[in-house]
Amino acid sequence: MNKEIESSVSVDKSEQSVSAEFVADSYTTVGEPLLDDPKISIRNGNVFYAEKQAIFDVNLDIGKQQVISMIGPSGCGKSTFIRCLNRMNDTIDICRVEGEFRMDGEDIHDSKLDVVELRARVGMVFQKPNPFPKSIYENVAYGARIHGLTDNRVQLDELVEQSLIRCGLWNEVKDRLDEPGTGLSGGQQQRLCIARAIAVDPQVILMDEPCSALDPIATATIEELINELSESFTICIVTHSMQQAARVSTRTAYFHLGKLIEVNDTAKVFTNPEHQLTEEYITGRIG
Amino acid sequence: MNKSLEINTDARRKASLDKRNAAEKRFRWYGRVAIGFGIACLVFLFVDIISKGIGAFNQTYIAMQVTFDEQELGLTPQSSEAEIRAASFESFLKASLREAYPDVTERRAKRQLYSIVSSDTSFMLRDMVLATPSLMGTTQTVNMIADDDVDMYYKYSFGRDLSEGEEIGRLSKLQKEIVAELYDLERIGTRFNSTFFTNSDSRDPESAGIYGAALGSFFMLVVTLVLSFPIAIAAAIYLEEFAPKNKITDFIEVNINNLAAVPSVIFGLLGLAVFINFFGMPRSVPLVGGLVLTLMTLPTIIISSRAAIKSVPPSIREAALGMGASKVQTVIHHVLPLAMPGMLTGTIIGMARALGETAPLLMIGMVAFIVEPPVGIMDSATALPVQIFLWLDSPERAFVEKTSAAIMVLLAFLIFMNSFAVWLRKRLERRW
Repeated sequence: MNKEIESSVSVDKSEQSVSAEFVADSYTTVGEPLLDDPKISIRNGNVFYAEKQAIFDVNLDIGKQQVISMIGPSGCGKSTFIRCLNRMNDTIDICRVEGEFRMDGEDIHDSKLDVVELRARVGMVFQKPNPFPKSIYENVAYGARIHGLTDNRVQLDELVEQSLIRCGLWNEVKDRLDEPGTGLSGGQQQRLCIARAIAVDPQVILMDEPCSALDPIATATIEELINELSESFTICIVTHSMQQAARVSTRTAYFHLGKLIEVNDTAKVFTNPEHQLTEEYITGRIG
Repeated sequence: MNKSLEINTDARRKASLDKRNAAEKRFRWYGRVAIGFGIACLVFLFVDIISKGIGAFNQTYIAMQVTFDEQELGLTPQSSEAEIRAASFESFLKASLREAYPDVTERRAKRQLYSIVSSDTSFMLRDMVLATPSLMGTTQTVNMIADDDVDMYYKYSFGRDLSEGEEIGRLSKLQKEIVAELYDLERIGTRFNSTFFTNSDSRDPESAGIYGAALGSFFMLVVTLVLSFPIAIAAAIYLEEFAPKNKITDFIEVNINNLAAVPSVIFGLLGLAVFINFFGMPRSVPLVGGLVLTLMTLPTIIISSRAAIKSVPPSIREAALGMGASKVQTVIHHVLPLAMPGMLTGTIIGMARALGETAPLLMIGMVAFIVEPPVGIMDSATALPVQIFLWLDSPERAFVEKTSAAIMVLLAFLIFMNSFAVWLRKRLERRW
């Protein structure tokens, strides 16, 4: 398991030659990385895989009910970064996280904080749809079961129904809730994973390239869903598609080789980027 | 045609294609020959064992008129059980045989006459009277189990034109005459040999059976399963999911892999030294056999269980952890159900190996001659493969047949267990 994640986040050597001017160890993120009253705030975030540093001194605030997209070439540390927000990196033995990661002022990486509780508040949707090999119902009910959210079957049924309705999946699956979740189409599976995540009522949802394995129609459905969910949740989405970033997010953060280069309103990043690397990336000269 | 190099590319491609096709065809044939060889060996083995052993499932019986004479036995229909047990059925049987063949008078000839029926026949007569004391005073036709030599002679030599040397069964001229006479009277014949499945070991081939050995094997496998399955699964889960990856776990892993390759006789020596000599457990009992086989099968089950756990997609673990499931919940709710078919298959195959294992059992004394079937795991017992080994060593011709028959039974068990493993894997393996 560890190896796979490692390879997906390790810095790709071939990309390094592209970074023309940007070599300095100390740098400042351009744009507006900091906010008033943020949901999540990161100060001097550093991540290492064994000796190798994957994230360098990231300072970033993520606002409440905001959709922020992380863009950047492969291996730039986007996934590694958002996995720090629900401590999924704990599962990788060689991974070490330093710096201050706070959610509502509370230190996420505090050893006293129960990671189970954190992950209930910070849900995650993965790149490849990964429903459990159980029924559709059980997939959505699982989080409620392990966190003891409901008292009885009636409440649980209600919760499952609501979660599926919010993801627009209810009408498609209401007659076959006992069928395996893995029998759905790719897009439906991904919406099921989102339903599963929102069923435990998180405050933040992390999405790691949620549409990269889907066709354009399923992608459009998911994007619509993200727009709807943004009214109730803080969403961090990693994406390789700049169009997607433009469509779903209000803020965009551009990562390059583990450094946070630029954070700005999405419109500004795509029309008038401040940093040269950002511009090179969005115009297709990098990545 | 490549003009600049003056090479006829088309012709060359054609030639190389022919060569490649020939190579592929040749390779396919290597495979077919290899499989054919394997199948031929298997067929040879089966034909050999079955042709030798099939006869053991039939037993020759001799129908004799027996008059349960009250005076001869000193019993009446009202006799108590103790009295019946005290009565000499052996001399009664001899008298009955003498009565049937009054011409036989000479001492040697009489001894030959007595030995045409199994030496257990007198017990059989006693048991008959014990069951129904009212038999006393009546005349009955009793199907007596023939002696092994008569059995062999009747099944393989009688009625066939064989020279002296080719005949099977060491029968005297008188005995052969008796057999021929019985045959003419239709008083000799073969029947399904139920004794083989209900009796335990015996000095006499005609009353030897596999029941005790099969029971011993069963008790041993129960001990092995009860111990090795939970231990192996716990070890596999811990090593695969929880143990930190460091030198110690690497060392453990290498050792588990090595243990799987250790000759089984070494485990027998270990069992002898540890369980019997150090812990003072009794010899020849299924408990110790089961413990030894547990040690032997553990590495196999651990390795296959770890492989099964490894094959569970990491995305499932991530999904569960991302939902806020704890590590244990992730394993129990998601990893175990997916890994279970592989684990069970590994366990059954390990069990099948344990069932066929002989060498370690010889070390812990499960090779004794035991007539009584065991009643528990602390009772002296032997095991099926050991029984085969014991019979293989016996000089009587009839034991050759028994040996092959016991091998057939063992093979049937093994085939059954392995097919069960395949069925279980197919059944539980959900492809979602």
